[in-house]
Amino acid sequence: MSEITKQSLTELVENIKNKKLSSTDVTQAFIQRSEKSSELNAYITDDFTSALDKAKKFDQNPNLDLKLPGIPMAVKDLFCTKNVKTTAGSKILNNFVPTYESTVTENIWNEGAILLGKLNCDEFAMGSSNETSHFGNVQNPIDKNLVPGGSSGGSASAVAGQLTPITIGTDTGGSIRQPASFTGIVGLKPTYGSCSRYGIVAFASSLDQAGPMAQNVKDCALLQEVISTYDLKDSTSINFKRNHYSKELTKNIKGKKIGIPKEYRVDGMPKEIEDLWQKGIQYAKDCGAETIDISLPHTSYALPTYYIVAPAEASSNLARYDGVKYGYRAKGENLIDMYEKTRSEGFGAEVQRRIMIGTYVLSSGYYDAYYLKAQKVRKLIKNDFDEAYKKVDAILTPSTPSSAFKIGEKTNDPVSMYLNDIFTVPVNLAGLPGISIPAGHDTKGYPLGLQIIGKAFDEQNILNIAFAMEEKINFKNKITDWWIK
Amino acid sequence: MSIDLKTIKHISRLSRISVDEKRAEKLADDLNSIFEFIEKLNELKTDDVKPLTSIAETTLKFRSDEIKSKNIREQIIKNSPEDNEDYFVVPKVIE
Repeated sequence: MSEITKQSLTELVENIKNKKLSSTDVTQAFIQRSEKSSELNAYITDDFTSALDKAKKFDQNPNLDLKLPGIPMAVKDLFCTKNVKTTAGSKILNNFVPTYESTVTENIWNEGAILLGKLNCDEFAMGSSNETSHFGNVQNPIDKNLVPGGSSGGSASAVAGQLTPITIGTDTGGSIRQPASFTGIVGLKPTYGSCSRYGIVAFASSLDQAGPMAQNVKDCALLQEVISTYDLKDSTSINFKRNHYSKELTKNIKGKKIGIPKEYRVDGMPKEIEDLWQKGIQYAKDCGAETIDISLPHTSYALPTYYIVAPAEASSNLARYDGVKYGYRAKGENLIDMYEKTRSEGFGAEVQRRIMIGTYVLSSGYYDAYYLKAQKVRKLIKNDFDEAYKKVDAILTPSTPSSAFKIGEKTNDPVSMYLNDIFTVPVNLAGLPGISIPAGHDTKGYPLGLQIIGKAFDEQNILNIAFAMEEKINFKNKITDWWIK
Repeated sequence: MSIDLKTIKHISRLSRISVDEKRAEKLADDLNSIFEFIEKLNELKTDDVKPLTSIAETTLKFRSDEIKSKNIREQIIKNSPEDNEDYFVVPKVIE
C-alpha cells in the first residue's frame, strides 16, 4: 500500500471499507502533511483537533456503508460550516462563525466525511489567482511563487499538494476549472441548479455553483454524486434525475460527437495551448469519439457580458455587509459614516472595484445600456450552445489561455487578469456543466488543462468522456514537495 | 465614455464605500479600462433579442408559509458586533 496521502479518494474509501486503514490513520496522515505545508498557505482555518476526535469516534463504531466513510476533507472557505469560522477570504467576515451548515457540506458530512479545515480563496471568490484574499497568497505546489489560480486557489493547492484527498470549490466564471488546470488536477463545475447554493457565501447568484476538485475523474464523480441534491432551501435548485455518477462511469464513449469551436482559437494564444488542444482532439478520437468543427459565434462577447452581470449581482449580494448584524464594524460618527467606513476598511480593492462597477451599471439611467444589454447578449451566448448541441454531445476546448503565472505578475492590470477566464466564463453564462482535466505540460513543466463542456444536466456524459481521455492522456503531476522543510 | 472623479464619488456614495482622493483616481483609471473592455457589447445589435431572465427556464416553486426555525434568537444575535439584550446596537439615528 502506498503512502496514505498519495492515495486517491477511491483508494482511501476502499482501504477504510476493507479495514486496512482506519479513519484515524488517514486523518492523522493528512493533518501531519498539512502541518508541514504551512508555506503553501492553503488553509485559512484548520479544525485538526476536532477532526481527529471525529475520526476516533468514527472508528469506534464505523458505518462502512457510507460513501465517504471517515474520509477527512478540507473545503473552500466560502461554505458556511456550523461553529467553524467562515471568512470568504475577507476581512469583513474575519470573525464570522456560522450557526448553520451549507447544504453541500451537510451532504458531505452525512456520508461520513470529516472536516479538516477551511481553505484559502480570493476574497468573496473574486479573482483568478488567489491574490485578492485577505489572508495572503497561496503557493502553487507545482513551483514556488507561482499562483495556484483562483478563486478556489487554496482548494486546488491543497488537492495537488496532497493536504486533503479531495475538496469542493465554487465556480462563478471559472473558479474551479482554472485553478484545477493550473495545478494539474480535475475540477467539475456542475449544471446551474445541480448543487444547492444554500449556505454558500453569495457572489453572483445566477452564476455560482459548487463542485468537486479531485486528483482523478473517478474521485470527482463520487463527490459529485454526494453533493448534487435537490434542495428546497435554494429556490433555484432543480429537481432532475441525478445519476449515480461514480457507478455509471464508463470509458465507452464510442460514437460520441464532440464539437470543436473555432472561436476558442483566440489571438495571442500560445502555441503550446493550441498543440495541447490538437492532442486532446486526437485523444478523443482514439477513444472512439467523433470530432466535429462547430461555431459559437458570440464567444468573444462572453467576458464583457460577465463583467456586467457578475458585478451587478455582487453589488446587490454584498449590500448585506453593513457592520450591523455580523462581521467587521468600523467606528463612525453616524450610521451612514459607520456603513461607509466599515465597507471601505472591510472589503479589499478588487471587491470594492466590482461593487462599484455593479452599482454603476445598475444605477439610474444606465440599466438599459449595461445590465439589460448584457442579459440580451447572455441569451445569444446561450443560444449558440443550444444550436451547437443539436449537432454534438459535448464540446472540447482548452481550460485556460495560458499556464499558471507568477505571483504579482498580473495584479496591476485587472483586464489582463480577467482574460484568464475567457474559456470558462461562457459555460457559467449558459448554466452548463464543464470539467477541466489535466492534459499535458508547457515548456516550463507547468500543467495545462482541457475543458469538456456538456449539455445541461449531462454531467454523466462529460465525466465519461473525461474518464476515457484521462486513461489515454496518462498525466503525471510533477510535485517535488519543495515547500516541505 | 469616461468615468470622472465626480462619478466615482457618486458611485462610492451609492455603494456606501468611502473613498479618498488618491484611491478615487486609481479607481477611475481601473473602471475606465474595464468599461472600455465592456463597450465591445455595443458592436452587437440586440433590439430584437429577449433578455435572459432565468438560466434554468423553470418556474420558481412556491413553498408553504410555515415557520421552520424556532427559538433561534440567540443564534441570530451571536455574530453581531454590538448588541444589547435582544437588539443590534447601531450609532444613534434619531436626535
